[in-house]
Amino acid sequence: MTQRYADPYLAGVGLGLVLLTAYVLVGRGLGASGAFASVVAAGTAAIGGAGRVSASPALAPYLVHGVASPLRDWLVLELAGAMAGGFASAWLAGRLTKSIEHGPGLNGGQRMWTSVGGGALMGFGAKLARGCTSGQALTGGALLSAGSWIFIAACFASGYLLAPFARRLWR
Amino acid sequence: MTAPLTETGVLGPMGELLVAPLIGFGFGWFLERGGLGCAPKLAGQFYFTDLTVFKVMFSALVTAMLGAFWLDRIGFLDLRLVYLPETFVLPQAVGGALFGAGFLVGGLCPGTSCVAAATGRLDGVGVIVGMLLGVFLFNAVFTFVGDFYASTPLGAVTLTDLIGVSRGIGVAIVTLAAIAGFVLASRIERVRP
Repeated sequence: MTQRYADPYLAGVGLGLVLLTAYVLVGRGLGASGAFASVVAAGTAAIGGAGRVSASPALAPYLVHGVASPLRDWLVLELAGAMAGGFASAWLAGRLTKSIEHGPGLNGGQRMWTSVGGGALMGFGAKLARGCTSGQALTGGALLSAGSWIFIAACFASGYLLAPFARRLWR
Repeated sequence: MTAPLTETGVLGPMGELLVAPLIGFGFGWFLERGGLGCAPKLAGQFYFTDLTVFKVMFSALVTAMLGAFWLDRIGFLDLRLVYLPETFVLPQAVGGALFGAGFLVGGLCPGTSCVAAATGRLDGVGVIVGMLLGVFLFNAVFTFVGDFYASTPLGAVTLTDLIGVSRGIGVAIVTLAAIAGFVLASRIERVRP
């Protein structure tokens, strides 16, 4: 039996209290893209050699503990917990699925390509912006960080401006 | 001041790592509860057909903002010790715009893609793979974008610092703006169900 989703405001307040708890316990907020950056840095080090990585200013900050750094990285552990939390919530609500979700104008195969393409754009953008919807928009936004609000404005302005050209993907 | 617990020494480095998955669990739990693991639902935000993203995001932001503000005010949480992301005006504007385009095309953001993948959605896995590729690409071209990445720095600064008003005024304005947004959102959804 599949349950309906919770009221969005209730889910939002719950999410906000989790974020507040993070501020109180560890003096930092939530994040997601940073965990991806950590995994990529470790992967590059494992394949390309740690020496080349420590010379790269883009990678070195993620590899304080060498190739095993992601295992001791706060954001990686947090995001692993997020996957467990999402799974548990969906499981208890009977919402686990095995599917590829897409708009009516695409088939599953096409949707896999757009998901990878969209992810790549976000990965590059989040690196440039030093964070994503979690680390910048939510965490920094609630602290009134100037750069976070620049990120929020640019993200939604760009999404809405381009939405008419992407109609075929979703409508 | 009692908090942040890591800064006041109550929570050591090991404790800090141990709470990470617990906080993450709550993060993923509430994203899933709100339906944010479902890409077509998220994409509806950009076509004014489903404003769940806005509602969840801004009610979370306002809750955390008000909580942090008042816990600081009553002397429990020292906000100066909570990590404030640094501002780099142009890279964050351009990065945000690229991110918004990717969000529109991918239909999920980095956090929600993990929830989508964990709940059995293959398109969530696709976004995760794409994210890793995008980060890899950024690192590969860092020599060329490094200067831009470090340009227009303002340091760790809040909007209210920049404008020169107190934090309380900023908190009040964001709260009122969010409430106005919630009212507007319910009107929009009534017109375009």
